[in-house]
Amino acid sequence: MTAPTTPAAAAPPRSRNRGSGSARRVRGALLGLIVPALLLGAWQLSSATGTFTAVQLPPPGAVAAAGAELLERGELGVHLGISTQRVLLGFAAGAALGLTAGAVLGLSRTADALLGPTIGAVRAVPSLAWVPLLILWIGINEDSKVTLILIGAFFPVFTTVSLALRHVDRNLVEAGRAFGLTGFRLLTTVQLPAIIPAVFSGLRLALAQSWLFLVASELIAASMGLGWLLSDSQNNGRVDRIFLAIVLLAVLGKTTDALLGLAQRWAVQRWA
Amino acid sequence: MTAVLASSTTTDPRRRPPLEVSFSRLGRSFGTSSDRRVVLRDVTVHIRPGEVLAILGTSGCGKSTLLRAAAGLDTPDAGSVLIDGTEVRGIDERCAVAFQEPRLLPWHTLQANVAIGLPKSSSASAGKAKVAELLKLVGLDRFAKHRPREVSGGMAQRASLARALARTPGVLLLDEPFGALDALTRLKMQDLLLEIHTAQPTTVLLVTHDVDEALQLADRILVLGSSGDGPGSTVKDLIPVPGGRPRDRSSRELAELRRNLLALLGVAAH
Ligand SMILES: Nc1ncnc2c1ncn2[C@@H]1O[C@H](COP(=O)(O)OP(=O)(O)OP(=O)(O)O)[C@@H](O)[C@H]1O
Ligand SMILES: [Mg+2]
Repeated sequence: MTAPTTPAAAAPPRSRNRGSGSARRVRGALLGLIVPALLLGAWQLSSATGTFTAVQLPPPGAVAAAGAELLERGELGVHLGISTQRVLLGFAAGAALGLTAGAVLGLSRTADALLGPTIGAVRAVPSLAWVPLLILWIGINEDSKVTLILIGAFFPVFTTVSLALRHVDRNLVEAGRAFGLTGFRLLTTVQLPAIIPAVFSGLRLALAQSWLFLVASELIAASMGLGWLLSDSQNNGRVDRIFLAIVLLAVLGKTTDALLGLAQRWAVQRWA
Repeated sequence: MTAVLASSTTTDPRRRPPLEVSFSRLGRSFGTSSDRRVVLRDVTVHIRPGEVLAILGTSGCGKSTLLRAAAGLDTPDAGSVLIDGTEVRGIDERCAVAFQEPRLLPWHTLQANVAIGLPKSSSASAGKAKVAELLKLVGLDRFAKHRPREVSGGMAQRASLARALARTPGVLLLDEPFGALDALTRLKMQDLLLEIHTAQPTTVLLVTHDVDEALQLADRILVLGSSGDGPGSTVKDLIPVPGGRPRDRSSRELAELRRNLLALLGVAAH
């Protein structure tokens, strides 16, 4: 007997539409820049016409100058560097813990019943409420700040992962079990790949939370970082620097999110 | 192809011999105590090592449920399943299942999906060779690197069959393995199954809707359905099919048997 005949088209999969897809993406990115450009124009216009005083709304040029000055003194690099480092460390640790705890509670009904309510209660605590406790326990140092960010990054990942794991296609899981996969191997072979899109949604939420919690951690007990720049400038009446810090937070947050978005697109294509 | 089959029998010393399967007084109900629905009742049948048993029955009569009990994917609430004399408790590694749906991992290639069927003990190189050989066997060698969603439903089902074969099981449990195939491919796959069975004897439990498929492939046909006055399905009939395989599809003896089977399934023969 010959092998059953198969449709002829055995062309290599994927790699279709790549050109037009990236063109569309570039166009989308350009469209997204229109509103920020308009905002910048409106900002410039309103400060030029004197609608607001320079104290209320310094012109873009002044903010840029403040940035250039700090850059020259070598301070801006320090603030940016330390804030990014804190966010990345806290995010990585929080995401890893969230993934682990989410897997455990998502797969085990017992663990969920045992730990679910406690974790839910901890999540209900507002971020700033942790600060005094962390300072008391860990001290005014890097660890306490990274820990606060960790707390912020943990919950979005934990929640999305534990929920998504309960809705993995039962048939696929059963097939995996039928072929001898159990426990950790079943998790990494079937369950985790099945929830990759959910994991990435959780990671993106967690990254946004990390920047949020960063500012909370730096507003209170820090001597550098963008959050500290905010509170220090407020004390000194440097509105231009306040604007600078806000703009930088927006740009950094958006950039890291976009990078994660790229990873997400790749991963979803790979696993979905 | 025969060469492929022959080589696989010689190169695979870990292959399990065909095993005996016994269902004894098996019962299974679903639902809560107030709303109980009996699906299987008092199913007793002994399947000899190396035998091909076709399981026929109307939709919803419990064919998949019976197979799941043998695989250890489901626990019966009465009676037991014995494989090679020992009771099935939990997932049984002596069995391999091809499910009614292909159930392939969408993020893996067909090749990687088939590899999931390999027994734990197989070495990487031997496993790779085995997967390539099986893909060739089911006519998917040119699609080894494709994802399940890039191939047709019938091709996915063939990959699922290859995954089950990769296990080199003592008992092969096939739940309508050719259900999604077109008539022509279906006939070819039936022949292929017979060839595999000759080259690598194993006990086969084959669930099917198709009376002709059962007549062509099986040593005996188990007709599952309601019988007597109890609820649920049980062994309605257990019919040996005469003649060695491959069988002449148009023989008079089989035509007679086909009429009987259709009558048992509640279909008037015309
Ligand atoms: N996990 C379950 N919970 C509740 N009822 C179930 C469950 N599994 C099967 N059933 C019921 O048992 C009956 C038999 O199901 P089964 O899948 O074994 O039928 P089948 O003979 O394989 O049908 P088909 O030929 O359509 O595949 C059905 O009525 C089904 O609703
Ligand atoms: Mg079924």
